[in-house]
Amino acid sequence: MSAPVSYRRGDAGMPRDLVPEYRSTVLRAPQQPRIEIPHTLTETTGPSGCWDRLMGKAAADLTAQHRGEPIGQRIVVSGRVLDEDGRPVPDTVMEIWQANAAGRYIHAKDSWDAPLDPNFTGAGRIVTDADGRYRFTTIRPGAYPWGNHKNAWRPAHIHLSLLGPAFATRLVTQMYFPDDPLIEIDPIANAIPMPYRQRMVSRFDIATTQPNRALGYLFDVVLKGREQTPFEEDGHD
Amino acid sequence: MTDVTATLEGRNAAPRQDNQDPDLFGQTPSQTVGPFFHYGLPWKGGADLVGKSDLGARPELFGEAHYVLNLSAPTGTPRGEAIELVGTVRDAEGAPVADAMIEIWQANAEGRYRSEDDARDDAAIDPHFVGFGRSSTSDEGAYRFRTIMPGRVPGPDGTLQAPHIAVSVFARGVLNRLATRVYFAGSEGLDTDAVLAQVPEERRGTLLARSEKEGVWTLDIALGGPDETVFFDL
Ligand SMILES: [Fe+2]
Repeated sequence: MSAPVSYRRGDAGMPRDLVPEYRSTVLRAPQQPRIEIPHTLTETTGPSGCWDRLMGKAAADLTAQHRGEPIGQRIVVSGRVLDEDGRPVPDTVMEIWQANAAGRYIHAKDSWDAPLDPNFTGAGRIVTDADGRYRFTTIRPGAYPWGNHKNAWRPAHIHLSLLGPAFATRLVTQMYFPDDPLIEIDPIANAIPMPYRQRMVSRFDIATTQPNRALGYLFDVVLKGREQTPFEEDGHD
Repeated sequence: MTDVTATLEGRNAAPRQDNQDPDLFGQTPSQTVGPFFHYGLPWKGGADLVGKSDLGARPELFGEAHYVLNLSAPTGTPRGEAIELVGTVRDAEGAPVADAMIEIWQANAEGRYRSEDDARDDAAIDPHFVGFGRSSTSDEGAYRFRTIMPGRVPGPDGTLQAPHIAVSVFARGVLNRLATRVYFAGSEGLDTDAVLAQVPEERRGTLLARSEKEGVWTLDIALGGPDETVFFDL
């Protein structure tokens, strides 16, 4: 058996663990440096081809999960999941969760008094196609206040979770919206140094926008790539 | 007037650096999972890789009408020794972390991964075992999985690794998932395991689950403090 091909390590856009401006990191960030380990089969493999069984059918329209339509600006988010070398990552699951148009989560511990929307849950999941493409429909989430510091507000964001092909490529991130003035005063977004922070800002796109239906945003997700390209099989082994 | 419409159509807003800028192309940065992931990520049965329980989710944190995730649908009983893996997640001051999510990834009883990147033919796939699971922590910071004792899988240079489960820790305040492993005290191969060998001897205990009751393995996860768990740079 040939040795598994390692994935690359995190690049310069990776957040530090301890970001004192984001208060929750103070007691939760590891104090010891992370230990680099070789990538074995454990790190280079991940569940594949069994999403339905694990997590159920795709739920790509977050505006169609209840009896009525949710309140808010209907949007379509579309893009590709790629690796660092620009290769598509097909058949991989992307999970989505977000607040409603008022910035409120349907979570018991979200105690903000912004209104809940009985027609909006804000959770979905999709599997990329053979070209790594995905698309989902939702409503644009609102900004919301949080207790991090005085008058702290999170910029509007959609939480995204991807497994990718391997344990090493696991990613949880947040997608932001263009022209949101809250991004530059948000300690969570600011955990990522510039210019890499801008990788998390989606782009409004008129071609993705659906006439009389929904505004369109583009967002590609880029996962870690392989350390080296595996040799092409020439069929003569 | 139609001319004006024609020139405006197909034109985008003023360009600025963003996700679509080729100059910025590279790894999408990691962000915290936040405190409100429970209705989007951990599904009922996600922490039960063996049977049909609801283990893993916390539907009491949102209304049942908002449960849009899967009900785990096991197809049969996987081969091997069924075990429980339990523990408590604590912060640097020892306080339980009630809003963490633990993910596991492991080989089956024969040491084979359910992955297209494990192409070995000397160990068989178990049709009833995927090896991926999720557990939310409870208000007391506890996680709990029902799974199978993994077999040994190859490591670097033809060695065999000791049985282990790969673990990711996500939580509010954790900007980049914390990757670690669970090993099992007393199992074969601990002395020669290539990953454990990278860990200073005095910290290896933080990766060793212990069993005081038949079939139940316990490993607490400390995000900081004197017994901080060893986390890996992947
Ligand atoms: Fe959020």
